[in-house]
Amino acid sequence: MKIVLNGETKEVAATNLADLLSEEGISGRVATAVNESFVPSSLRAGHTLTEGDRVEILAPMQGG
Amino acid sequence: MRRFYDTDLATPLMLGTAQYPSPAILDRAFRESGASVATVSLRREGAGGAGQSFWSMIRELGVRVLPNTAGCHTVKEAVTTAHMAREVFDTPWIKLELIGHTDSLQPDVFQLVEAARILTEDGFQVFPYTTEDLIVGERLLSAGCEVLMPWGAPIGSGRGLANEYALRAMRAEFPDTPLVVDAGIGLPSHAARAMELGFDAVLLNTAVARAGDPVAMARAMALAVQAGQLAHQADPIEPRDMAEASTPVIGKAFLT
Repeated sequence: MKIVLNGETKEVAATNLADLLSEEGISGRVATAVNESFVPSSLRAGHTLTEGDRVEILAPMQGG
Repeated sequence: MRRFYDTDLATPLMLGTAQYPSPAILDRAFRESGASVATVSLRREGAGGAGQSFWSMIRELGVRVLPNTAGCHTVKEAVTTAHMAREVFDTPWIKLELIGHTDSLQPDVFQLVEAARILTEDGFQVFPYTTEDLIVGERLLSAGCEVLMPWGAPIGSGRGLANEYALRAMRAEFPDTPLVVDAGIGLPSHAARAMELGFDAVLLNTAVARAGDPVAMARAMALAVQAGQLAHQADPIEPRDMAEASTPVIGKAFLT
């Protein structure tokens, strides 16, 4: 299935958000949003991905 | 001393974490500055997990973290970013930035008030990056904000307090509200001036991070906010137009 992950179109095997993070090798402190809506970490496993979803995975970064 | 929501700050300096020449210099500058708050942001996580090492470093500084919504232009974007930041950084604090103008990065105060209301109702403790407008300040307080952060000058401009008169008016209008000059500070004298006016803290980043020697500038800022704060507490004299001799006239010898 093709999704848009952090702005880039990508073919992924994962069917839910938690599996997507595992597939991408992302762990630690991140926050997720799908189609511009926040998805809390507790709801990731239950959040089914569908073709064309826009997924954002954000991490701590320098800021002013 | 005024409290920032339920928190007393050990020093009146909030320091940004962006634009330093290296992580090591950021770390040294922070320790030298004595800052009690570090501003941070959220960005897309890369494959290398750069965000995780940054987070470890910030945690070791042992300061309060104030995540921002930098770069957000709409209420929805800012509110979503705030929720993501709350989960990642595990804090209800949010520096609410809603940018309205590309060149000046002036806040869009109309959307700012709306977003502040939504976030306050969601349990956030909002630190709004605003202008020096008194009516906007009132609306932000009505929306639930308990801190106001007017700009000194545009972000990164280093121009200091562009409208000191308005900042002074703001201090007088909101005597019980913690006020922070956020943005525009270029020199320690600017930071000291904000504190002399009775502001409760100064938030800066570029002035330190982009200085030739960020560690030395961090120290200079630490001294400046301390000097300004002490001066305000010491009740300074009013300026006057004509001289007033400081040495007593009585007892002066007649030698002409």
